[in-house]
Amino acid sequence: MPGENILLAGETTKSWKLLLGMRILAFMATLAAAIVMALNKETKTLVVATIGTIPIKATLTAKFQHTPAFVFFVIANVMVSFHNLLMIALQIFSRKLEYKGFHILSVAILDMLNATLVSAAANSAAFMAELGKNGNKHAKWNKICDRFATYCDHGGGALIAAFAGVILMLLISVVSISRLLISSNKFSTDAASPSI
Amino acid sequence: MVKLTKRIGGLVLRLAAFGAALAALIVMVTSRERASFFAVSLEAKYTDMAAFKYFVIANAVVSVYSFLVLFLPKESLLWKFVVVLDLVMTMLLTSSLSAALAVAQVGKKGNANAGWLPICGQVPKFCDQITGALIAGFVALVLYVFLLLYSLHSVVDPFLLQKS
Repeated sequence: MPGENILLAGETTKSWKLLLGMRILAFMATLAAAIVMALNKETKTLVVATIGTIPIKATLTAKFQHTPAFVFFVIANVMVSFHNLLMIALQIFSRKLEYKGFHILSVAILDMLNATLVSAAANSAAFMAELGKNGNKHAKWNKICDRFATYCDHGGGALIAAFAGVILMLLISVVSISRLLISSNKFSTDAASPSI
Repeated sequence: MVKLTKRIGGLVLRLAAFGAALAALIVMVTSRERASFFAVSLEAKYTDMAAFKYFVIANAVVSVYSFLVLFLPKESLLWKFVVVLDLVMTMLLTSSLSAALAVAQVGKKGNANAGWLPICGQVPKFCDQITGALIAGFVALVLYVFLLLYSLHSVVDPFLLQKS
């Protein structure tokens, strides 16, 4: 039967290698996004008024903590990269552990939940960044990217890494669900198999 | 008998999620307020913010999808595909809700560091309707997470859960 030997313990099959590779990429992408956004800070001294001939300068900082969406972005990306790290460790060491029923199901469910989490974080940060880049003339909110160009550039880089993480998490969830389906088919057709 | 109640439960859940997404969509689209002060009149519509437009589009897609899946026959082979599509729809819902929430939070409290003033004081009814639409969107999201777990459970043989 074609689907029978796919998920036996101790074997490195194609889906196992694919999953491991994608998890490593997703871990690196979300970690990079979290770190770049967390270290995002720019300080600038701007002239705000001129009295006579003396310009009055004020020092303004742009930090990621000023925007709640970016704080959520950092926290969610840290959580998802930690999840990926845990799953990588589990995948590498599960070849020695015994299969205990809920293993593959919980991996699939956790992957799905983390995929939704990282998609929420990436999108909210993307819309806040768009607001900062273009402003909003209806609400009279000025854009800030013309004055804090480096801050915006770094934020954009973090966003790109997070969106790569979103796509990777979606693919990882699909592969986990298909592994779950294959293993359940294996159980319903092959009743005497002890481990997977 | 148990299978029938499970199937009806799934249908009811999907109908509720369809209703919630449709409600969020309608409440957001009909939110509009005109305020005038100092001979300047400003009108607040949902199309002013890109995040609200994305929220409307995402909820429209989710409503249409739920409506179509309601009519999927039980023995169709597409149920395995429905699991992945449910995941994609949940991701769409979370992203649109969090984006609209982030922008609405700036509208309500402003952002002192960027010099952005809150607008809810000038258009309170608009703000209330947006809040209502966001709450409906959140309900749709929670229902969709349950739907995702339900469709996963109905596609994967329950045999798997009893093996330990």
